[in-house]
Amino acid sequence: MLRDQDRIFTNLYGEQSPWIDGARARGDWSNTKDLILLGREAIVDGIKKSGLRGRGGAGFPTGMKWSFMPKQSEGPTYLVVNADESEPGTCKDREILRHEPHKLVEGCVVAAAGMGCTAGYIFIRGEFVREGQALERAVAEAYEAGYLGKDCCGSGMSFDLYVHRGAGAYICGEETALLQALEGTKGQPRLKPPFPAMVGLYGRPTTINNVESIAVTPTILRRGPEWFAGIGRPNNTGTKIFCISGHVNRPCTVEEQLGIPLKELLEKHCGGVRGGWNNLLAVIPGGSSVPLLPKSICDDVLMDFDSLRAVTSGLGTAGVIVMDKSTDVVKAIARLSKFYMHESCGQCTPCREGTGWLWRMMERMVKGECRLEDIDLLQDVTKQIEGHTICALGDAAAWPVQGLIRHFRPELERRIREQGEARRLAA
Amino acid sequence: MSSAVHIATRPYGAMAPDVETFAFSPENQEEVARILARYPAERQQSAMLPLLLLAQEQHGGWLPQAAMDHVAELLNVAKIRVYEVATFYDMYNTRPVGPIQVRVCTTTPCWLCGSDDIVRAAKDELECDIGESSPDGRFFLREFECLGACANAPVLWVDQDFYEDLDYEKARAVLAALKRGETPKPGSQTGRQASMPVGGKTTLFETAPESRPANDEAGA
Repeated sequence: MLRDQDRIFTNLYGEQSPWIDGARARGDWSNTKDLILLGREAIVDGIKKSGLRGRGGAGFPTGMKWSFMPKQSEGPTYLVVNADESEPGTCKDREILRHEPHKLVEGCVVAAAGMGCTAGYIFIRGEFVREGQALERAVAEAYEAGYLGKDCCGSGMSFDLYVHRGAGAYICGEETALLQALEGTKGQPRLKPPFPAMVGLYGRPTTINNVESIAVTPTILRRGPEWFAGIGRPNNTGTKIFCISGHVNRPCTVEEQLGIPLKELLEKHCGGVRGGWNNLLAVIPGGSSVPLLPKSICDDVLMDFDSLRAVTSGLGTAGVIVMDKSTDVVKAIARLSKFYMHESCGQCTPCREGTGWLWRMMERMVKGECRLEDIDLLQDVTKQIEGHTICALGDAAAWPVQGLIRHFRPELERRIREQGEARRLAA
Repeated sequence: MSSAVHIATRPYGAMAPDVETFAFSPENQEEVARILARYPAERQQSAMLPLLLLAQEQHGGWLPQAAMDHVAELLNVAKIRVYEVATFYDMYNTRPVGPIQVRVCTTTPCWLCGSDDIVRAAKDELECDIGESSPDGRFFLREFECLGACANAPVLWVDQDFYEDLDYEKARAVLAALKRGETPKPGSQTGRQASMPVGGKTTLFETAPESRPANDEAGA
C-alpha cells in the first residue's frame, strides 16, 4: 500500500482549507519560480522520466505529449485543461477541483513553462457549479499573489489562465470537441490530423491534458521524477486517484499506487464487496467505456494500464464500478448503451445510428425477447461502429456490450431460452 | 458561495413567460463584460456557452428566442449558430420550464445504488413526471446522465448544488425543504465528509511529505 508520505493529494477529502493559505501549508506554490526556471527542456524531460501517463483515460505519456508542441512559434500557444469529467463511474477530478484547486492552477503554470504556452483555459463541465466557483476563486487568488499574469511567480514568464464552463455534453471530454465548445460551437469532434499540437484552439498549437495529469506535475518536479517513477510498476508508474462506486460497503475516492491489486483496493479502502468477495459478479475497472471483468479475472488483476489491457479491458479513468450478484448485469450495460445513445454528437452515421441500435437491442436482451442468433447480430453491430467514427465515442459505446457478450453470453442465452419457454407455455 | 446573487438574477417565482425582447440586467452586463474579457478580441464567439447560461439563469431557467437572438447580436454571429448550440447542449432549455431545476442522475453507477427510488421520490414530491414542470410551475424535473459524483451515489442536482448519498426518504426530504423555500444543506445527506469512506478514512493520517521546503513564501 502507498505510504501517506507519498500521496500527492493530501486534501482529497476537503478536511483542510482548499484556498491559498491551506494550499501553501500543503507545500503548493513553495518554489514554483524555481520549477519555471528549470526551463522547457528540463521540465519536459522530468515529466518524461517520471513515466507519467495521461490520467484522462487513454494513458498517453504526458511528457511525450508536451514535447509535440512546436519549439518556435509566432503568436499565442495554448494549454487547455480537460475538466469535463463525465465518464460514468469517474469522480476524481471533482475532488481536485473543489479541494485541491491550487494544485491544478500551479500545475498549469508549470505545464505552460514546459511548453511555452501563453494562455490557458480550464474547461469545466457545466454541472460542476460549485467546483467551478472554487476553481475561479483559486485562479483569482493566484493572480493576486502574482503567481499568474505578466510575471508568473517573479520568473519573467507571462501566462494567463481562464476558467470556461461547459453546458452539459459528455462528448466535450473528447479533446477536439472540447475545443469546438471552447470556440462557442456545437461540440462535435474534429478530424485528426491535424493534431491540436499543430492546429488546436483558434488554429494555434494547443495541448489538452486531464486535470489529474496537470495537477500532479508540480509535485513530480519538486520531489523528483525518480520518486514518482519509483511508485507503481514499470511503464505504469506513480500514484492514481481511484473512484469506487456501486456495490461495495464503503464507496470512496482514494489515491493509491498504480498496479494495486483490484481486490486489495476494494478490501482495504472500501470495506470489501457487499456480502463478501464471493458475492462479486463483475467490475467495470475504468469508467463505463471499458469492458467489464467477471469475478474470476477480478480475483487477481492489477489496476494499471498494461495489466488491464492484457485482460482486454482498460484502466481508463480508474472509475471502478462494482456489481454484486444481485445485479441485473444486462440491464446495467443496457443503461450504458442508453447513455452513449444520448451522448452521441450525431456527426458520424455509424455512431449516431449504431448507438440507438445497440440500446434497442440491449433492451430486448434484458427481457430475452429475441433470438439466440441476435447475440451475434448485436456483436456485429458493435463491430460496425468500432473504428468507423471520427472520435472514440463509437468505440466506447461498443466495448461495454462486447465485454458483456464475451463474459456473460450464457446469461444472455438463458434469458432468451426462458423467454421462449414462457411464450410456448402461454401459447 | 454566491447564492444570494443567484436568486437576485432570477426574477420569476414560477415559470418565466415568453418575451418579445431580451436584454441582460445591469448587474449581468458587468458579468457579460467579465466573460468576454477572457477571450481574444477576434474570438468573442467563445463566450457563447457561458453567455447562454447567464441568459437562461436571468430568465428563470429557460431561453426564449429573444434571448438567443440577443446573444447572437452581442457576439456578432448568425442566429442559427446560437440556436444550434442551445439545442445541442443538455443544460439549455429552449421551452418554458420551472425555474428550479431538479435533475436525477440515472446512469449505471447511480442506478446500481438505487436511483430508481430517487426518480420515484422526485415524481412523488414534485407531483410531475420526468421532463415536466411541477403543477405550481416552480420546479422542472429531469433525468440526467452521469453527474460525476459516483462515489456518493445516488445523486440529485438542484441548481448549483449536488445532494448525495440519497435514498427515497432523504430525497423527498430535500425536495420538500426546497418546496418550503428552504435551502437544505448540500452534499452527503448521510453526513459523511465528501467522498471519504463511510466510517472513517483509510489513508492520509500523516500528511506532511518529508521533502517539503520549509520556506513557504519562496515562490512568491
